Amino acid sequence: MSSNKFMSSGVSRRGVLKGASAIGGAALLTPMGTPMARAQAMRGGTLRVGMAHGSTTDSLDPGSWENDFSIFLAHSSNNYLVEIGQDGSLIPEVAEGWEASPDARVWTFTIRSGVQYHSGRTVTAEDVVASINHHLGDDSTSAAKPILEVITEMTIDGMNVVFTLADGNADFPFVLSDYHVPILPSNNGEIDVTSTDGCGPYVIDQLEQGVGASLTRHDGYWKGDSRAHFDGVEILAIHDAAARQNALISGEVDYIDTVDLNTVHLLQRAPGMVIFPVTGNQHYGLPMDSRQAPYSDNNVRMALKYAIDREQMVDTILNGFGSVGNDHPIGPGQRYFNTELEQKSYDPDRARYYLQQSGLDSIDLEINIADAAFSGAVDAAVLFSESAAAGGINLTVSREPNDGYWSNVWMQKPFVGTYWGGRPVEDLMFTTAYAEGASWNESYWSHERFNELLVAARAELNDDLRREMYFEMQQIVSDEGSTIIPMFAAYVGAHNDTLMHGDEIATNWANDGHRMTERWWFG
Amino acid sequence: MSHIWSMIGKRLALGLLTLFIVSVLIFLATELLPGDFAEEFLGQSATEETVAALRRELGLDQPMHIRYIDWLTGALQGDFGNSLSNRRPVSELIGGRFGNTLFLAAYAAAIAVPLSLALGILAALYRNSFFDRFANAAALTAISFPEFFLAYILIVWLAGAGGLFPSMANLRGDPSFGDMLYRTFLPALTMTLVVTAHMMRMTRAAIINLLASPYIEMARLKGMSPMRVVVKHALPNALAPIINVIALNLAYLITGVVLVEVVFVYPGLGQLMVDSVASRDMPVVQGVALIFAAAYVLLNLTADVLATLSNPRLVHRR
Repeated sequence: MSSNKFMSSGVSRRGVLKGASAIGGAALLTPMGTPMARAQAMRGGTLRVGMAHGSTTDSLDPGSWENDFSIFLAHSSNNYLVEIGQDGSLIPEVAEGWEASPDARVWTFTIRSGVQYHSGRTVTAEDVVASINHHLGDDSTSAAKPILEVITEMTIDGMNVVFTLADGNADFPFVLSDYHVPILPSNNGEIDVTSTDGCGPYVIDQLEQGVGASLTRHDGYWKGDSRAHFDGVEILAIHDAAARQNALISGEVDYIDTVDLNTVHLLQRAPGMVIFPVTGNQHYGLPMDSRQAPYSDNNVRMALKYAIDREQMVDTILNGFGSVGNDHPIGPGQRYFNTELEQKSYDPDRARYYLQQSGLDSIDLEINIADAAFSGAVDAAVLFSESAAAGGINLTVSREPNDGYWSNVWMQKPFVGTYWGGRPVEDLMFTTAYAEGASWNESYWSHERFNELLVAARAELNDDLRREMYFEMQQIVSDEGSTIIPMFAAYVGAHNDTLMHGDEIATNWANDGHRMTERWWFG
Repeated sequence: MSHIWSMIGKRLALGLLTLFIVSVLIFLATELLPGDFAEEFLGQSATEETVAALRRELGLDQPMHIRYIDWLTGALQGDFGNSLSNRRPVSELIGGRFGNTLFLAAYAAAIAVPLSLALGILAALYRNSFFDRFANAAALTAISFPEFFLAYILIVWLAGAGGLFPSMANLRGDPSFGDMLYRTFLPALTMTLVVTAHMMRMTRAAIINLLASPYIEMARLKGMSPMRVVVKHALPNALAPIINVIALNLAYLITGVVLVEVVFVYPGLGQLMVDSVASRDMPVVQGVALIFAAAYVLLNLTADVLATLSNPRLVHRR
């Protein structure tokens, strides 16, 4: 429903698709041969960003952050204990270093001294404990509660904070990089969730939720000139895809975070535009309730996994901006991605074979889905239903309202749609959505060997052994799991060619790991 | 005149009753929507524990009638509560946006009302001429398109690369009044196009209706010019229905423009209402709904008062 369709003058959609699929897997590309100058980072200018999200009901409470506007703003005004680098490695931030006990159960983090808040005060170990405690306890409403609950005790020793965990966790520093856990000033052990103060690169001057925010550079930022090159940042919530693209083309913003994949070819034609897709860990899935027949039968699940045409989904739903999934949530860019696993592909005969294994000739199923699950979800389900018919599966697509989808359909109906932004490490992803009894185990899946491996791998500090375990876990989830993961969707943003960035772009989140205000500059 | 004052008094009292009933209906409707605030706000990241904790914290675990009475008690004392989501006072949250909505509505009305009256009078005067047909066709075409589509068309023609007007009605950074008029021209024009047809055609129809009356014929026989006949004799008697239609359209300009707001990224009440309903943020929904209801009540009242005043038979009733 975009006006841009009216301006289209015969660029073949097919041609664009082909071009896009060929390059879709690349982490970074500059179409139309736009030269990407490798200049030295320069200070100056006000970055204007148009974001697809941002609601009037957003809050400053870090536990409630869920949309990209809040998360982007959070990384612009706050720092975290640990930063995830563009290559996925850990970079010390508010913590200048850390050390684990041999069983990875006790972690000692040393807090950097001299990290200044916008208000002028410096970060203390008490602030760190308060910032984390905010997410814990019976009265916590934080989305980070499930991942931080592993912490059983925090003690302060000078500038050190010692975390004691319930079980060993070799990835614990990654947990502390979660966007819900910025380091905020505390008073009597409590952080103020109505304040905009933080210790990050930019100071929030003005914030109107659902509309926009203005920030200026934090003079006392501890990273000095090496980071945060803009004098100021303006973030605007522009929900409408056509309005967002217009704003970029007419020069009212420098960067937009989400490009409408149906009209991306029109944007590409505008002069001076750079479209950059980043394939990270974001994936779309179709979870089945493994406790309920017929999904309790792995043969039925396998039949469905072979009845879905993944290539077609990437081509049509993602317009080529993404890659096929293999029914496990680990992205190709991750440390322990299983490179030996056979890629499942569309094979109706095999689907029929698995159906026969479960004693059936054909089966009638229903999927309840809405575009709230992911953009294009309903179309994806209709495609699935077409391709599944050849395998003897009659899939009825029931379209649900977007409003209330996550509370009334997801994890309530037996076969639905979902999306995950992905997690920086394998353990977080598996623990969040695949471990037995996890709050967000959306397929109610439980697998004895998988759960054993999950706990063992988490505490294992030997890299080779860990790799072996994660490889096996991916194999198990792919072949016996109860979620179909047909595609990994790229984050597709666009900017004008005055914006510059380093050689690598982070894949853990959109917008260069949501840290572009700190990492990018005007050339 | 005294009965006009008593009419205003009575209508205002009835208006308050209407607002009360609206608040009950809105409350019940929000309750009927699937999922409550705690579930919607926490969204995909909700767990049973956090949902329960949030309900406890905000008193959402209380029965429905108690929550309503709590809200009403506050509202009667002028305290419309805090937004459940970001805990800011509803009055503060609505304040600035209400100003924006009023500004845009007034801007659009300042163009649309004179324009449609003039077009309506001219169309009545030269009825069935080429001008009449063209004006009708154009106005009906404009109203037949969904407003977001009109907005896109205007952006393509008048904004875009190197265009005359900005495609975003961005009010950040305290622009001057003239600058505001410039930046919000496209949304105001879109809204003008949406409401003009209704008012213009009512003006035309009401006037043409009267042109068959004996007193108009008398005026013509006296040798008056057609323009004078229409403006001096027909129009005053046609005012009542025209005023009513104008009031309806003004209310629409205040309450019904969420799509225009979205396309032009204009921070008005519509988007606030949509966001709040989506997250079941009851105090904000109530606040905005009451403003919308009050706009209808007051504009209808104004229309009735003006219609009465325009008719001497009603002013000097025995």
